Amino acid sequence: MSEMYDTIIIGAGMSGLAAGIRLAHYDQRVCILERHYTIGGLNSFYRMNGRNYDVGLHAVTNFTEKGTKKGPLARILRQLRFKWEDFALAPQKGSRIAFPDRELRFSNDLDLLRSEVKKAFPNQVDQFEALVAKISDYDELDQAAFALSGRKILEETISEPLLIEMILCPLMWYGNASEHDMGWGQFCIMFRSIFLEGFARPYKGVRLILKHLVKRFRGLGGELKLRSGVQTIHAEDGKAVCVELDSGEQLHAKRVLSSAGRLETMRMCSDTSELDPRIAGQLTFIESISVLDREPSAIGNDDTIVFYNDSEKFHWEKPSEGLCDTRTGVICSPNNYAYGDDEGQLSDGVVRITTIADYDRWNGLSEEEYQREKLRWYDRSIAASVKFTPDFRPYVIDTDLFTPTTINRFTWHDNGAVYGSPDKVLDGTTHLDNLFLCGTDQGFVGIIGAMMSGISMANMHCLRA
Amino acid sequence: MLVAPEEIKNVILDILSDIAPDEDLTDLKDEINFRDQLELDSMDFLDIVMELRKRYSVNVPEEDYPQLASMESTVSYLTPKMVDCVAS
Repeated sequence: MSEMYDTIIIGAGMSGLAAGIRLAHYDQRVCILERHYTIGGLNSFYRMNGRNYDVGLHAVTNFTEKGTKKGPLARILRQLRFKWEDFALAPQKGSRIAFPDRELRFSNDLDLLRSEVKKAFPNQVDQFEALVAKISDYDELDQAAFALSGRKILEETISEPLLIEMILCPLMWYGNASEHDMGWGQFCIMFRSIFLEGFARPYKGVRLILKHLVKRFRGLGGELKLRSGVQTIHAEDGKAVCVELDSGEQLHAKRVLSSAGRLETMRMCSDTSELDPRIAGQLTFIESISVLDREPSAIGNDDTIVFYNDSEKFHWEKPSEGLCDTRTGVICSPNNYAYGDDEGQLSDGVVRITTIADYDRWNGLSEEEYQREKLRWYDRSIAASVKFTPDFRPYVIDTDLFTPTTINRFTWHDNGAVYGSPDKVLDGTTHLDNLFLCGTDQGFVGIIGAMMSGISMANMHCLRA
Repeated sequence: MLVAPEEIKNVILDILSDIAPDEDLTDLKDEINFRDQLELDSMDFLDIVMELRKRYSVNVPEEDYPQLASMESTVSYLTPKMVDCVAS
C-alpha cells in the first residue's frame, strides 16, 4: 500500500487551496490533486503575446477596509493567517446597473445606491430600506430560509417590478447557479457581498492571491500535484478507500475533500451507477478581453463594472437559440480601481465583456467553426455592450475570448457551469462517510466565498474528527 | 515541572494574537468573556482548541469548549491539563 495521507483534496482552486492551508497548518499530511497543468480552476491567469490575462476574477467581492473585524474577508484572513495587506486589494471606483431607460450607480458605500434608488424610483425609498432590513436579519444558518424564492420575497417587499429586475441583475450575474429565480439565502449572501461590502481587485490580479495561497500551502509541507486528474474514487462499505489517478497511480487517504463539483465527484465514485444529469448547472458564459491602446477613462469609461440588460425584464437563463444570448452582460474595466500611488496604473487598458452562452452548442462545433464563431460572437457581444459604455472598438489592439468549453477545460464542471449545480450541498456531505464536497457546489461562490467554503468544510469535516 | 497559571495566560495571549492579529489584547479583562471583548466567532474558538493541540498536545473535547469562554475560566480549566506540558 502507498503512503497514507490524512486528507486528499481534489482541485487546486481557491477552495481546495484554502482547505489545504487549514489542514497543513494543523500538521495533517495533505495532498492536493489538480487535473489541469496550472492552479486556480475558474480563477486562473495566463500570458499571451507578452501580456498578463486574468480569467474569472472581475472583482473580489466582500471587500471591507483594513481593520474591519466582521464579515467574510476578515474571517478568511484570520483563518488562513494572512495580513489584510497580503491581498493588496484596491477598492472599486464605482459601478452601474444599466437598463434601457434607467440606471443605478453603486459603490462600496451603500449610501450611493440609496440615493440612486431615491432618484430613479422616488416612491420606493421605504421599500428599499425594508429590503435592506430583511437582508440584515437573514440568518446564514437558517437552512429553511435558504431555499425560499428570492423573487417572491422581493415582490412582497418592493412594488416596482423594474427595480426588482435591476437589483437581481448584478446578484444573479455574480453568483446564481439557477435559471430565472434565485434562492433567498443566495440572494442575501450576494446582496451583502456586493452592496453592503463591495468590490476590489489586487493590482496584480488574481495571480497574486493564488500565489500567496500556494506558497503558504507548500511552506506548511502540503503537496500539490498538477496534471493529476482523479479517475476513480474507490469506495468500499460506504467509505472512500483510495483515489486512482488518470495515470493509474493509487493514493490512499483517511478522507477526501472534493471541489470538483457534486455530480462530477459522484461520477468519480466507483459505487455510483445512475446519476441524474438534471442537477448539473446550465449557466455558462463567453468572455472577451479587449486590450486598448489607452486607458478606458481616456474614452469616458470610468466604471469598474457595468451590469447591463437591454429591456425591462432581466432574462437569466440558458440561450433558447444560438450560441449566446447578448441581451444581458457585464462590462469590467480592471483599470478602474483605485490602485495605490506606489502601484500606478495597469500597463494596458483592458475591457472585458461577459455574456450568457450555451455549452452544448459551443461544444458541438468543429475546430474550424469554433474559431469562426469566436470571432463572430466577439463582434456581436461587443456591439451589444457598447450601448451601455463608450464605444471602445476603435482602440482595440489585442483580443482574446474564452467560451464554455474553455471553462469546462479549466474547471471540469459539467456544461462549463460557472456557478455549478443549482442544488447546493450546504453541509458538504456525500453518500460516503469520509468523502466531502467544498467549493462551488457546497454553496459559496466568488473568490472570498470559495475560500470560505474550503475553510469551513475543512474545519467541520477534517479537523474536528 | 508545573506550568504556572501566568504562563498559561501567556500561551493563550500568544494564540489570540496569532489568530486575531488586529485585536488589541493589552486591555483584555480576565474575568469577562472573550466574545464580549473581541470579535471572535466559532471558527476562532475552534482555532484556540486546535492551536493548543498543535503546540502543546493538549486535547479539549467539544463538550468542554464552554470552559474557554474567558481568560479566567480558560486558565483554571487548562491548569491541571497542562501539568508537565512542554511546547512541541
